[in-house]
Amino acid sequence: MTRERRIPPPDRNALRTQSLILRTTGFFLLPLLLLFALFLLLRGHNAPGGGFIAGLVASAAIAVHLFAMSEAGARRVLRVDPRDLIAWGLILALAAGVIGLFSGQPFLTAHWLTVSLPVFGELKLGSPLLFDLGVFLVVLGTASTIIINLAEQDT
Amino acid sequence: MNLLVILPILIPLAAGALSLLGRHSQRVQGALAVIGGIALVISAVALLLATWEQGHIVSELGSWPAPFGIVLVSDLLAAIMVLLSAVTSAATAFYSLGSISIAHRKAGYFPLMHLLLAGVNGAFLTGDIFNLYVWFEVMLVASFSLLILGGERAQMEGAIKYVTLNLVSSALFLSAVGLLYGLVGTLNMADIAVKLGEVDSGMTTVIAMLFMVAFGIKAAAFPFFFWLPASYHTPQVAVSALFAGLLTKVGVYALFRVFTLIFGMDDPLIHQVLLWGAGLTMVTGVLGAAAQFEFRRILSFHIVSQIGYMMMGLALASVSVLALAGGIFYIIHHIIVKANLFFVSGLVYRLRGSYELKQLGGLYRDKPWLALLFLIPALSLAGMPPLSGFFGKFIVIRGGVEAGAWALVAAALLVGLLTLYSMTKIWAEVFWKAAPENTACAASGSNTLLYATVAGLALITVAIGLGAQPVLVLSQAAAEQLLDPSLYITAVLGEAP
Repeated sequence: MTRERRIPPPDRNALRTQSLILRTTGFFLLPLLLLFALFLLLRGHNAPGGGFIAGLVASAAIAVHLFAMSEAGARRVLRVDPRDLIAWGLILALAAGVIGLFSGQPFLTAHWLTVSLPVFGELKLGSPLLFDLGVFLVVLGTASTIIINLAEQDT
Repeated sequence: MNLLVILPILIPLAAGALSLLGRHSQRVQGALAVIGGIALVISAVALLLATWEQGHIVSELGSWPAPFGIVLVSDLLAAIMVLLSAVTSAATAFYSLGSISIAHRKAGYFPLMHLLLAGVNGAFLTGDIFNLYVWFEVMLVASFSLLILGGERAQMEGAIKYVTLNLVSSALFLSAVGLLYGLVGTLNMADIAVKLGEVDSGMTTVIAMLFMVAFGIKAAAFPFFFWLPASYHTPQVAVSALFAGLLTKVGVYALFRVFTLIFGMDDPLIHQVLLWGAGLTMVTGVLGAAAQFEFRRILSFHIVSQIGYMMMGLALASVSVLALAGGIFYIIHHIIVKANLFFVSGLVYRLRGSYELKQLGGLYRDKPWLALLFLIPALSLAGMPPLSGFFGKFIVIRGGVEAGAWALVAAALLVGLLTLYSMTKIWAEVFWKAAPENTACAASGSNTLLYATVAGLALITVAIGLGAQPVLVLSQAAAEQLLDPSLYITAVLGEAP
């Protein structure tokens, strides 16, 4: 009973939020999908995954939340305007590429920084991760802009 | 050197991202458009100078060595095209400041404009055939959105044709790239050129034809041109001008690149198809224009007919270097002139509230300076000496005479005459005849920026005409580079194979 109370009550104005099943699954799926997106993003460089697919999974999470709750709810989950995500993502990705230029190497040349952490061991941070993060934000921003705008046109 | 090659792509992308962030402030967006345009011109000039001095400039993205990674290559043709796109973008930026409404700005006009330019410059500079496809798509996605910005009924109608045909073209392009990859196992254009020489297969001609159709659609060549006059007169004038100046020329550039580097012109089939395509494109375009009575539609049909001259230069390349140089000269002249004519049509619309020739008139009496500013690009387009168009046509036709392609030469001369007819029609209807009664009053707002843009581009046209010799030397050097693919291949792959 306590768990059920945490699932948000239906929004009486919107027809699609009437489904209890969708609301319940949406409630659980949002964090799961976002975690999965993060996992895909981080495993990207050396294994299947990466910024693009992670961005798509994250926007799927936003889409599920939108259909289960409301457009405003989806915007709240994102916290910022999705168009800002596109811009920041583009800036991050470009910045990752520009790093190479400063040392006279071609655009997008990878630069790595190895950090040793007490628990995790060696951690390799590099400009490809920054690039992937940029791609992730651009994809999430673009897909969310499209989905949310379409949904808002509809109502 | 790495920096110079990437800057023409980097500047518009960065300006676009910042412009998106600053979308709530008109001032920030306008400033970014102007700064981005000027920075692009400066970087393009630097790139052209460096390419002129050193020959091909190559940058291996991500430091992945040549046949495996993506390379950016700047040869003279690419550098010239980048400079032209930079000039057009700067002019469009100034013109947009004075003409694009707040509503369109809020819908994302400026970020899209920057994105479009990044796509265009990327397509000019890439040395990888799949990457070329990607830049084409970047450019197309931006152009789709720009085309329907505002969402009027006519725009949607034009956009559906535009989008459909361009998607078909993209699909053909992608299939051709796939088949080519299956044949030679590489996507690097220089590497393809080497490996394709070793393959003896009928597939080569099939792939070449697929590329020709795909790029022919993008370049609006006969018989695939009808999307262009159906859509170019619908969006904002600044968008029309940017499209008219740049987009079809990216298709022409791709034709020039692929059919000099990868597929030689020695194949008689390719040669014949290009020759016929060039002639028919010229003639149908100009005849289409003769039947139109809407300012921008006339200009749109003339884009088609002028594409024919550029293709003629390419088609005769194997016989006459001069023809190819003429084709490149023609591109240089055409981009500036065509964008300018669209800008003028926008000014006329702001003064009179119509594009229909029937409802216009009397502008020579009211605005003699505007009439002069129209005459410069219009006569240049028709090929009157001493303006840039005369030399463009003259060189292409000289090349045609050298090559002995008499039918094509005759067509080119006839089309020049008909172009003059079209331009006189606009002159007589818009500027000379008395204004019809109840003309709409002028739109509010200052037009100073618009006049300045038009005057600036007209000045460039006059300069190209008066200083035709240096431009011709440049075009000839670019043509000679194109006709010797081994230069390109050595620059990308290292020592001669």
